[in-house]
Amino acid sequence: MVAVVDWAVIVASLAYAAWALVAVVRNRPPREPYVVGAGVVELLILIQAVVAVVLMIADGTPEETATFIGYLLMNLIIVPLGLFWALAEKSRWGTSVLVVAALVVPVLVVRMQQLWDAGAA
Amino acid sequence: MSGTPQRSSGPGRLLIAVYAVFALAASARAGVQIATKFDEAPVAYLLSAFAALVYIVATVAFARPGAAARGVALAAVTVELLGVLTVGTVTAFDPGDFPDDTVWSLYGRGYGFVPLVLPVLGLLWLRRTWSADRGVSESP
Repeated sequence: MVAVVDWAVIVASLAYAAWALVAVVRNRPPREPYVVGAGVVELLILIQAVVAVVLMIADGTPEETATFIGYLLMNLIIVPLGLFWALAEKSRWGTSVLVVAALVVPVLVVRMQQLWDAGAA
Repeated sequence: MSGTPQRSSGPGRLLIAVYAVFALAASARAGVQIATKFDEAPVAYLLSAFAALVYIVATVAFARPGAAARGVALAAVTVELLGVLTVGTVTAFDPGDFPDDTVWSLYGRGYGFVPLVLPVLGLLWLRRTWSADRGVSESP
């Protein structure tokens, strides 16, 4: 995969998780800035997914293609689902859902990188 | 005013979110394993599917109100705890029976031991919220 795009997703999701965590500690419910932030993270994830699909078509598929695509799909839905679930809870616990959702993203990206590199070797 | 918190609100919101992540992850993993390489380790893959089912049931049961859902949640979380303890112990001593990983292998080490902690938190949360449904249904 393209390292720059991967790292952008990882850094953005970790920063978002940290930002939401501050709100959890300060006992804040999920507010509009967090929706916008989630949108930014999701946009980067979308770009990464498109890049991955293009590369798969151009250069061939990675190791364990089905698993790779599974991670890719889960990465696409996790932030929107987390946001949906978080916004209904008007307390710090709603914001904490955003932290969890955002932390799943870098894990998935690293797993995708591992499968991709295994396929390239 | 305060009373017993509802199962799906407050900390329950976070608990259900984590359960949902595991329901998704375990389902996807089991689906891929069974679809692409079932012959390699059928027992492990069937167990993956079973774990996925337990997580799905627990997620839904925690999210729904009512005493029936509460009972289902208790059953699911109990099975989950027994599952992670049994599979964790078996894989720790004799990994031969499970040539490929499941969510519960080695007490969920591959998932940061969250599968081991989650059922305990689930049981604690159920105890904390146990009378919430009664409060709703029997309030005058």
